[in-house]
Amino acid sequence: MFPHRHLLGIEGLRPTEITTLLDLAETYAEANRAGRAPERVLAGLTQINMFFENSTRTQASFEIAGKRLGADVMNMAMQASSISKGETLIDTALTLNAMHPDLIVVRHPHSGAVNLLASKVNCAVLNAGDGRHEHPTQALLDALTIRRRKGRLHRLTVAICGDIAHSRVARSNMILLGLMENRVRLVGPRTLMPSGVDHMVAETTDDMREGLRDADVVMMLRLQKERMDGGFIPSEREYYHRFGLDAEKLSYARPDAIVMHPGPMNRGVEIDGLLADDINVSVIREQVEMGVAVRMAAMDLLARNLRAERGMA
Amino acid sequence: MTLTLTNARLVDPEAGTVADGSILVEGGVIAALGDIVPKGEVIDCGGKCLAPGIVDIGVKVGEPGERHKESYRTAGAAAAAGGVTTIVTRPDTRPVMDTPEALTFAMRRAAEAAPVNVLPMAALTKGFEGREMTEIGFLRDAGAVAFTDADRPVRDPRVLIRAMQYAAGLDALIVGHVQEPGLSAGACMTSGPFAAKLGLPSVSPVAERMQLERDIALIEMTGVRYHADQVTCAAGLAVLERAKASGLRLTAGTSVHHLTLNTFDVDDYRTFFKVKPPLRSEDDRMATVEALASGLIDIVCSMHTPQDEESKRLPFEEAASGAVGLETLLPAALQLYHAGHIDLPRLFRALSLNPARLLGLPCGRLSEGAPADLVLFDPDAPFVLDRSTLRSKSKNTPYDGRRMQGRVLRTLVGGKEVFAR
Repeated sequence: MFPHRHLLGIEGLRPTEITTLLDLAETYAEANRAGRAPERVLAGLTQINMFFENSTRTQASFEIAGKRLGADVMNMAMQASSISKGETLIDTALTLNAMHPDLIVVRHPHSGAVNLLASKVNCAVLNAGDGRHEHPTQALLDALTIRRRKGRLHRLTVAICGDIAHSRVARSNMILLGLMENRVRLVGPRTLMPSGVDHMVAETTDDMREGLRDADVVMMLRLQKERMDGGFIPSEREYYHRFGLDAEKLSYARPDAIVMHPGPMNRGVEIDGLLADDINVSVIREQVEMGVAVRMAAMDLLARNLRAERGMA
Repeated sequence: MTLTLTNARLVDPEAGTVADGSILVEGGVIAALGDIVPKGEVIDCGGKCLAPGIVDIGVKVGEPGERHKESYRTAGAAAAAGGVTTIVTRPDTRPVMDTPEALTFAMRRAAEAAPVNVLPMAALTKGFEGREMTEIGFLRDAGAVAFTDADRPVRDPRVLIRAMQYAAGLDALIVGHVQEPGLSAGACMTSGPFAAKLGLPSVSPVAERMQLERDIALIEMTGVRYHADQVTCAAGLAVLERAKASGLRLTAGTSVHHLTLNTFDVDDYRTFFKVKPPLRSEDDRMATVEALASGLIDIVCSMHTPQDEESKRLPFEEAASGAVGLETLLPAALQLYHAGHIDLPRLFRALSLNPARLLGLPCGRLSEGAPADLVLFDPDAPFVLDRSTLRSKSKNTPYDGRRMQGRVLRTLVGGKEVFAR
């Protein structure tokens, strides 16, 4: 069961709903890997990707997922649109609504903007990342990757490392992993640790070795260089020295620990390039692969609800 | 090498005692003390005071950039002559000491040229610009013992919060100059009737209180270790007392100039009395002295700031701030002892033990195993200070021509004599 009209965040989902979504994604992952064409469950539906912030990878992932399921996919480059001429987000939503799309995938630089848009349209909305708030499909694809590699998604120790403060990926992941009864540790410099985060997870530390100790999963975050004008760290080289993941720091984690990264990576800043490419520990490519499957599953479930709502089921 | 210093009055800041005795030095450390049988070379102290060498926090050396004002060689010689066995240097050099490379260079120069221990502080923000923090981790690894933008406090609280958070993560010490920069900009005296009479731009002591209150709020928020380098007025002391009572990791210091001089000393516009923050009223000075005696103020330093003749030979408003103090720190501080404000062990707590503790150094105490960094001095010896005799390259001392009481006789660093009168 997945009784939701939108996928706006991990917050509000139940563990059983997450499992439902991951189970379905698993079948899509297998189909994708085997090259089997899936059932065209989105046939006849229109999917609009609205990216108010650049993201080639996520946009491509959603586009492939939609097309694979038979949707008519349209990409709108919002920076070049009437938004830049002063149109408000609500105006955009109302205009869009008049065109009767079925699925809208939205990325927006401001937290909460996707929820606002969802409240103004009649179709299903998928959050592809809003500000520092949530990035639910990323957390779900991370969960799927972990589950495949570790055989379970509970009672694991997961270290989320780096720029926690600016990361919607971290936020969605800590909610999801906490919900599934994992032990989540946040690791990063205090300047990049949001205040009050210790109310959300049990453990925070600014010592990588301590944070990585006995971790099953090491989840690195991208240092948001475009947000670094505020002087949160002294320099990239010092950041790498203290917080960049290399083999030595990784040695504190469990021997079978996996390394994850939402991409795009800053090699030599948050992660050692060789480590990122080491197929024995790094699951970064698999994360990208699972991204398509998870998005297919999410859109499939939302489309089923949409059809039921419209009496088309 | 074995050395015995006999027949001394041992001033022990840790125990709070002054007792007759001897000290045995072996391998550069204090091997035994008290009633001991002399071994090796013997120095008869003649019943004079033997105390842990002074740890002077906040010394400006002109290298690099202003070597004509002071070099490591001259600063080291002045320190040795003043009983200062460890100098902690400020990063307000040219260029600013804000990279590990610059710091390493300076430390190498210091090791070559200075006969005393030299420990550097590094800049807290790049170029002292108050915009981006320095590489605090690398600088600490390179030897920086604390981080400060010297007398240019970080204006932007967001920048300071981040620097404090980051420093707290490394348990690094931040040294702050607690003068609200907007209020104190351009001021060269403390406001009051006397400043008005002289017609000099002045600043209220409230500038100190404001900045101290701001910084304390941020210390509460970040949990950083913080030392306020110059607390000089009653308003600031009240704030300090409340904050310390609340258990923050906060210490405070003051300069010997603010303990021994007041705003009236500026009466003939002599620029040697222009210091930062400006000299305070007599009430503020006395409140600061009492705070030192009570332990509210932890550290006394020289705030050694060499300025050449060209920088000081200007109208008061335009002259550079600061005074040299390495060589006059102890004689000037002994003025407080002679006036009955403070006893010798407590004075050496502020001069030696507390700064050593703040920086996590093993020196600053008379105990077995501690480095034999020692000063032998006669607290009663009178002299008139002649600035031309100072070993500093710059001679800008406010005590020029003043009658003083208390002279350094010998200074030892790691058991090695670096000064003898």
